Amino acid sequence: MNEFFRKLLFLPEQASSFAADVDHLHYFVMMTTVIMAAAVGLCALLFFAIYRRKSEAQTTPHIEPTLMIEAAFVSVPLILFLLWFAVGFRQFVEQDNPPADAIDVYVMAKKWMWKFNYPDGPNAVNVLRVPAGKPVRLLMTSQDVIHSFFVPEFRVKKDVNPGRYTQTWFTATIPGKYQILCSQYCGAGHSIMRGEVIVMPPAEYEAWLANLKRGIPNTQDGTPTPIENVAANTSLVEQGKRIAVEQGCVKCHTVNGERHIGPSWLDMYGRHEKMKTGEMITVDEGYMTESIMDPAAKIVDGFDNVMPSFQNKLAGPEIAALVEYMKSLQSDTVRNTPSEAPLYAPVH
Amino acid sequence: MLQSIDGSPQTLAAPAEYTPYLKDGTTVMSWLNTRDHKRVGVMFLVLVTLGFFLGGIFALAIRIKLLQPGPFLYDAMTYNRLFTLHGIVMIFFFMIPAIPSGFGNFVLPLMIGARDVAFPRLNLASMYVYLLGASLALWGMIHGGVDTGWTFYTPYSSTTTTNAFPVILGLFIIGFSSIMTGLNFIVTVHTLRAPGMTWMRMPLFVWAVYGTSIIQVLATPVLGLALCVVGVENTLHFGLFDPTRGGDPLLFQHLFWFYSHPAVYIMVLPAMGVMSEVICAFSRKNAFGYNMIAYSSLGIAFVGFFAWGHHMFVTGQSSVNAGIFGVISMLVGVFTAIKVFNWVGTLYRGSISFNTPFLYACGFLYFVVFGGMTGIALATVSLDVHWHDTYFVIAHFHFVMVGAVIMGFLAGLHYWFPKMFGRTYHDGWGLVAGSLIILGFNATFIPQFLLGNAGMPRRYYEYPDQFQALNVASTAGATLLAFGLLIILVYLVVALVSGKRCEQNPWGSKGFEWMTQSPPSTHNFDVIPTITTGPHDYRTHTHSAAFGVHHV
Repeated sequence: MNEFFRKLLFLPEQASSFAADVDHLHYFVMMTTVIMAAAVGLCALLFFAIYRRKSEAQTTPHIEPTLMIEAAFVSVPLILFLLWFAVGFRQFVEQDNPPADAIDVYVMAKKWMWKFNYPDGPNAVNVLRVPAGKPVRLLMTSQDVIHSFFVPEFRVKKDVNPGRYTQTWFTATIPGKYQILCSQYCGAGHSIMRGEVIVMPPAEYEAWLANLKRGIPNTQDGTPTPIENVAANTSLVEQGKRIAVEQGCVKCHTVNGERHIGPSWLDMYGRHEKMKTGEMITVDEGYMTESIMDPAAKIVDGFDNVMPSFQNKLAGPEIAALVEYMKSLQSDTVRNTPSEAPLYAPVH
Repeated sequence: MLQSIDGSPQTLAAPAEYTPYLKDGTTVMSWLNTRDHKRVGVMFLVLVTLGFFLGGIFALAIRIKLLQPGPFLYDAMTYNRLFTLHGIVMIFFFMIPAIPSGFGNFVLPLMIGARDVAFPRLNLASMYVYLLGASLALWGMIHGGVDTGWTFYTPYSSTTTTNAFPVILGLFIIGFSSIMTGLNFIVTVHTLRAPGMTWMRMPLFVWAVYGTSIIQVLATPVLGLALCVVGVENTLHFGLFDPTRGGDPLLFQHLFWFYSHPAVYIMVLPAMGVMSEVICAFSRKNAFGYNMIAYSSLGIAFVGFFAWGHHMFVTGQSSVNAGIFGVISMLVGVFTAIKVFNWVGTLYRGSISFNTPFLYACGFLYFVVFGGMTGIALATVSLDVHWHDTYFVIAHFHFVMVGAVIMGFLAGLHYWFPKMFGRTYHDGWGLVAGSLIILGFNATFIPQFLLGNAGMPRRYYEYPDQFQALNVASTAGATLLAFGLLIILVYLVVALVSGKRCEQNPWGSKGFEWMTQSPPSTHNFDVIPTITTGPHDYRTHTHSAAFGVHHV
């Protein structure tokens, strides 16, 4: 029954402790809506069938409702709506009050990524790891504009405001991966501001946490990194590529030449670019570094001033690695097959 | 009904020779400089129709992009500008002025037996103020555009680099037009009613517009204030809303919804008024529960002011606030339900003829019941958490607000077309186009209800692949809807030029506006009528059949 209605209404999987309760109210509300709409519609149709105009000279009696009918018109919807409300409000209060034993995770949202901080553990970007079956409380704030934390499978949503904290909580029930969507409009990258909740079986989660506490290095998404992968002699370009992914640079800057929210990095190094001010600039290490630290200083013509500053967020060597990675993106080095274009344009 | 001084129960005899308002001066200046409420109404109708088609083009551009989940046709910033334009144009250029400033201007004085509105110059001025505000906003939209969404949420709007200032200023100015019209109607209703027209004999459309006018006068200044501050913050970097300058981002939402929630009733109430007229006229019945319908208009106008917090359930609002705003929102639903039951009750023992305006009345009933109840569902706080800012909300307000306004606007347009121009249109084509529109509207927005259930947030340029099928269905529906609207445009323009001339009261309606000539003379009445009964009293018969009224 539950599954039938859930699929009928296109609702996602019920993966949190209150998803099923909310859905049951949802079914009830939708059913009464359809019944009421049908009742009104059928009544109108019935009257239409019976009382069609018989002649142009037809007159009609003057009818007014009795007090009983008036009372029914007011009380039926009032009682029905208050019933919906009473059930829904009880659920809302439950959702609004996290249990005392909840695990805390701090959430920082910014254009256009999610950052998760565990009080005694790692930071992670865009990936939130939680144990199944345990309540998790999120304490959320934003660094720039209003965002909203939404996991459809959990039936959980809460705005993330700048300058203040909001909280929400959930108990995930089914291990798996669920998408985090930003549901409050926040600009050019709003629709790609997506993250992931990874619900782990409690034992796995404990093991992961223990590894972290033993000091095993981990990547930005919180995955423990096998020691051998963190070779000291990784090239700067490799490191830069990793940073570009972790920091979300490539959400707005493509590396294949396609136009997106920011200029593509392909062949950017050495390119002559026209700025918004009309000034011409050659893209060099200096310009790249400046644009990471103070993106608004020189905007390439045709693009908007939407990039956040990475001042104090990236260490010097990390910026160097990023710049090296950008420099490495030249068409002839990226292409690993021979060019398929003809040497000369065909003559017609 | 209306009676002449000698008390004869029939319509006022039209003098054989009179000058219809359309012929009283035919130069362009005679229109641009008119004091005639009917001409102002007609000019408003032309302007809002232009706005409607402009907003419709933006809507189609959005729907076509959403055929594909990834980047397609144009980039994300263009998409953000487009949905902002769609919202602003539809709400401020079309839905808010459409029925009050258009039809209200035309029929309200006729309905209460007045020669004009109380302040004819102010009335004309309100149109020019609207034109000025709309032009300024449009100019800003073309030069740089604005990407904040029609809701202008801070601090996004106070930090955006797009050209928000002229658009905000334009909307600020349009607000004055709304206030002027509202004020004019309030004074007109209070002072210019014909002898014998007591409050409880006023047509229900007048009650609805009166309720609307109260909201316009009281709520619009709050929006003006809020937008003004956003504009100043955006250009001069004040810190009222931006937390980096010590402001409070949620303050804006309170101010914004304090206007914009009642604004929903600025749009819907007049449409409800049109429905009360159309349902009575086509079922030839007095309004069942006239008092209830009239008072519920005032009830909605009043309670609507205290429901704004239901737009903010997930902002971090306390449970107590959520509870209070939730319960108050339920009351709005009760007032609406009262109207719906009484409209259906009006059909009981009526004499129903199924013409184009009545088709729209049926569509209206359906959209208001279904859209309205999904609204109550949204005010059921725990359900709102999942639905908030998803396509469910989009579908809900398009059903109840847009559906209702479009149905009301088209019903009014088809019902009063003979009144305004003295000509008839092709009723068959009217029924075809109306059916297409109702069908297309459902096909557009029912998939969006389901998209919201599935969890697709609004204002998404790119979306996860699993949402594609429903998006394609929605776009197909929108095409149908657009096609229906084009048909109307064609046959109404044809009717305007070469439609069959009709008599004074082609529907045989006993709405008061029909008791003078169609089209009326500039001063509406040769003798101000004396009113002896309520509107739509069909105990005696009026005849007329220019539309080939369908009887069985």
